Amino acid sequence: MEIVIQPEQWLRSLAGGLVIGFSAVLLLGINGRIAGISSILAGILPSARVMSEWSWRVMFIAGLIVGGAVFALLWPGALQHTLQTGWAGMALAGLVVGFGTRMGSGCTSGHGVCGIARTSRRSIVATVTFMTFGMLTVFIVRHVL
Amino acid sequence: MTFRKSLSALLCGLLFGVGLSLGGMTDPAKVVAFLDLAGRWDPSLAFVMGGALLLTTPAFRWLLRLKRPMFEERFVLPTKQDLDLNLLAGAALFGIGWGITGLCPGPAIVALATGVPQFFVFVVAMIVGMWLSDRVTLLQTRRQMMRTTVPSTSNLSGS
Repeated sequence: MEIVIQPEQWLRSLAGGLVIGFSAVLLLGINGRIAGISSILAGILPSARVMSEWSWRVMFIAGLIVGGAVFALLWPGALQHTLQTGWAGMALAGLVVGFGTRMGSGCTSGHGVCGIARTSRRSIVATVTFMTFGMLTVFIVRHVL
Repeated sequence: MTFRKSLSALLCGLLFGVGLSLGGMTDPAKVVAFLDLAGRWDPSLAFVMGGALLLTTPAFRWLLRLKRPMFEERFVLPTKQDLDLNLLAGAALFGIGWGITGLCPGPAIVALATGVPQFFVFVVAMIVGMWLSDRVTLLQTRRQMMRTTVPSTSNLSGS
């Protein structure tokens, strides 16, 4: 194993993490809700049927996109990205991510950031599980196939 | 009431989106490099989760001791406590999809701001997957309810 050492990148990531944490703390302190993105998004779908929860969820999701856009405007090239798969891979993996996050009651934000902070046993187990399977998948895709 | 709750949610979403972009989570190549322990491992993204937890861990502990949040009557928290198969299988599936594309739900939504069509394909497929999963859960609960109510009704008809 070779480790990429980029201290400026680590600082930038740390700063990003602090902003994410601040957002999650605000949402819990003000609205009393957990900043779990898969649950918030799924709560907008017609199948959710809880209309009273609809508007804040739509606004949060809209905020995510606006946040990305604002950031890209202020810092050109900030949202640079390199895609890892083609169209079919995106569609298939999107399906699996959507199905899995609902079945497992959360994703990186709800389990990883908020659940661990609440020392929820379920969230700790879920985070270890998706990290492990993510690493195994990358290992298979990059070093076996 | 609803207006200010929506406004604070918008602000939180905005901050969250900025944090994900700043942290580097919106670049699938960085995510995959973080998950690639056997290759050139880029630990940067550990700082994103670490930085977030640095704030949420003490702050949540403090907040949840309060009687109520600012704009609501009570805190709405997950109620499930037990480790079940759905949690493990769901997290495993999510991990596989995350490893293939380097995208988890939040960054995928933020990346829609780039206008790159592949991100739209991912997000639409993700929504379909969520809907499917919720349908399956609904059918499971219905079947369970049937199982618990059917014997009692058959008893009634038998007597």
